[in-house]
Amino acid sequence: MIGQLDAKIPPGPIDRKWANYKNNSRLVSPNNRRKFEIIVVGSGLAGGSAAATLGELGYNVKCFCYQDSPRRAHSIAAQGGINAAKNYQNDGDSVFRLFYDTIKGGDFRSREANVYRLAEESVNIIDQCVAQGVPFAREYSGYLANRSFGGAQVSRTFYARGQTGQQLLLGAYQALCRQIAAGKVEMFPQTEMLDVVLVDGHAKGIITRDLKTGAIRAYAGDAVVLATGGYGNVFFLSTNARGCNVTASYRAYKRGALFANPCFTQIHPTCIPVSGEHQSKLTLMSESLRNDGRVWVPKRAEDCAKRPNEISPPERDYYLERKYPSFGNLSPRDIASRAAKEVCDEGRGVGPGGRGVYLDFADAISRLGEQTIRERYGNLFDIYEKITAENAYKTPMRIYPAVHYTMGGLWVDYDLMSNVPGLHVIGEANFSDHGANRLGASALMQGLADGYFVLPYTLPNYLAGQIGKRPSVDHPEFARIESEVRARIERLLSTNGTRTITSFHRELGLLLWDKCGMARNAAGLREAIARIPQIREEFWRTVRVPGEDGSYNQSLERAGRVADFLEFAELMCIDALERDESCGAHFREEHQTGEGEAQRDDENFAFVSAWEYQGNGKIERPKLHREPLEFEAVHLSQRSYK
Amino acid sequence: MNFRLRVWRQENRETEGRLVEYEARDISPDTSFLEMLDIVNDELTERGELPIAFDSDCREGICGTCSLTINGEAHGPRHPGAACQVYMRDFRDGETITIEPFRVGSFPLVRDLVVDRSALDRIVQAGGFISARAGSAPEANSILVPKHNADRAMEAAACIGCGACAAACPNASAMLFTSAKISHLAFLPQGDPERTTRVLRMVRRMDAEGFGNCTNIYECEAVCPAEISASLIAKLNREYARASWRERFGE
Repeated sequence: MIGQLDAKIPPGPIDRKWANYKNNSRLVSPNNRRKFEIIVVGSGLAGGSAAATLGELGYNVKCFCYQDSPRRAHSIAAQGGINAAKNYQNDGDSVFRLFYDTIKGGDFRSREANVYRLAEESVNIIDQCVAQGVPFAREYSGYLANRSFGGAQVSRTFYARGQTGQQLLLGAYQALCRQIAAGKVEMFPQTEMLDVVLVDGHAKGIITRDLKTGAIRAYAGDAVVLATGGYGNVFFLSTNARGCNVTASYRAYKRGALFANPCFTQIHPTCIPVSGEHQSKLTLMSESLRNDGRVWVPKRAEDCAKRPNEISPPERDYYLERKYPSFGNLSPRDIASRAAKEVCDEGRGVGPGGRGVYLDFADAISRLGEQTIRERYGNLFDIYEKITAENAYKTPMRIYPAVHYTMGGLWVDYDLMSNVPGLHVIGEANFSDHGANRLGASALMQGLADGYFVLPYTLPNYLAGQIGKRPSVDHPEFARIESEVRARIERLLSTNGTRTITSFHRELGLLLWDKCGMARNAAGLREAIARIPQIREEFWRTVRVPGEDGSYNQSLERAGRVADFLEFAELMCIDALERDESCGAHFREEHQTGEGEAQRDDENFAFVSAWEYQGNGKIERPKLHREPLEFEAVHLSQRSYK
Repeated sequence: MNFRLRVWRQENRETEGRLVEYEARDISPDTSFLEMLDIVNDELTERGELPIAFDSDCREGICGTCSLTINGEAHGPRHPGAACQVYMRDFRDGETITIEPFRVGSFPLVRDLVVDRSALDRIVQAGGFISARAGSAPEANSILVPKHNADRAMEAAACIGCGACAAACPNASAMLFTSAKISHLAFLPQGDPERTTRVLRMVRRMDAEGFGNCTNIYECEAVCPAEISASLIAKLNREYARASWRERFGE
């Protein structure tokens, strides 16, 4: 039984909490660190930086990833940048402002203490990455350059062309490689975690499948760290990599970890629109493009079929500049996405199917010259051209929102530990820092803060009481969970039906996009909650998973992930229905202001929804726990970007 | 559009492989090459046959997972770009397309079109890093890097680690890959303290993995999705000569 959730927020004023924590938390001495085995699942910005840093500190780390190399984790695809409150631009930035922007951007549904710590650590991340050799953009003077990003009025974003995620990940990967060479980290690529093992209520191991050979193995550790990313692929089409999945988090949830705010999913406003049914994924165009691109649609629906250059400026509706004059094209993601949906719903969308808006660089090119725009965004224009065969220097880009990031995730306390002792969750996989909407350039910040500077301080606080408590894999609990994992794989392979895995995934994705996407309402959510179990039942009856277990079998990998999405989707919809307010990316059509903005209900919903799995073999309605959100440093207000 | 595919099928490295013909029918020109393979695979699954194993993940040209040789070219006809950025409009309707894995002795085959490129990871583990402990970094703007150097470091650091350079090289050389990492770190002042040991260790690891030597054919540069310049190989050679000298005769 889980009692009242305790976030374990340290005492003191907001700007002293982290310092107080560090002064008082328990430590593990260098001699004892080598006695601990830490399991890190995932090798992206959070997992890679955590594994490397824990190895550096002297712990023995085992790091697992499904990719064939830790360098390929999906953090690599992040384009625009990473925020840090360095105030190098002398434009009024501070730790408090970054904290405030993040809390406000998240529509007051994140935990103050965690977010403040994130803002504090942001400055150390830049120092660390520069020391590692991350080639951030620089001024001619040799000093670091910045650009501005959505949801902020200061320039605090550090970047490496349009490949910031790649460069930060390679920094973490190289630090990880150093620890692998030093023998402190053992790396297990192409190895997927399929379950977590609890011994006496503590997370003490995992069960994995070697994707190349099919071998199922058990690993024991003193603590388990999940850094397994987000679940955006539940929508089938998203900007996530094909392999991104919810399996590790969902397995942990089924073993008792609480899942927080699963309905908070970010729909990114600037992606290349869907072109047809063959499509396997969507491609993001960095939000940084909105620094110089102007978003518009024709004022009149009749003009939508015209070529963009045939529509004169007075006939265009620059709707973001019109509706949000002070933030304009740099409005936060949830607001920009909804505004795009709104104009398309009015029949003013452009391109095939009418689901697109223009992102136009003509003004910026005439002001700055094509060369400057090429320097800033060249690789993005190239990506756009490869996919659409259109030259965005000559004709405006067409963009439309797409699923991009998930703010929800496993519930963690201030130590980044879930309610299951020993099970820590970092990066996108946890829920803690972005509330109901994440600001641009903040995901990289969180992943690296968690891995380099938070977990290395909070993990010892748990480990200090755990010396000598690591079980052996001969403990019967490992055998029990392992046999469950094997049984599930056998069931997938033996169904031998007729429908492809893709067809189920696509069906689920379309349903969610429709009922639990950019806008939700009670009736639609109830429909989805009724429909998802039917799809799931059909999946287990009629899916065809070709091949066998004892070899490299990509269909089997995918089938297991889709099976978990089919359960998790229901949890998302239940959460979206339960949260009877609008906030950030969670837009319930029943709750909007007169101007169509999200209408929060702070009196009844200023809490984190943390769901507890209730099924014992079959899926029952999960149990809701509430962590009240208390705001001491900021004043709750209606978000305004006007 | 319709295509005839000749696809390399091989169960594992112990069995013999062969090219097998498949039809890809009614493919929209806006379909990506990998999506075309998804469609073929779903049809194979429905027919009760084993789908074609191929690697991919981000499908936007940055993760470096995809690794196909299309009509004899690493990553196919669309340069610069990874296989995931090739679209069917890049081919003629009715064309026969041959699809093979990256063929490099140091990349053992896993299945069909999938190879094991962990040799590249081991080259980086040999020294492709700056030993900067978290917590000990100085204030970021205390290390000034002239823009020109930062830009050149970035150009080298853009390598996506796909291994196409080695697949395209008649000598199966990984010099472009290795030179990109060495150059990235050598262009930056932070990389200076470990400059000598880094290049010696990485080059020796590269040789130990069985990769061939560079004989200036430039196929690597032609297929590189990240447009890494083959001039970095010359830089690698200079770095290696400098380091060997220092190793032998001292600083």
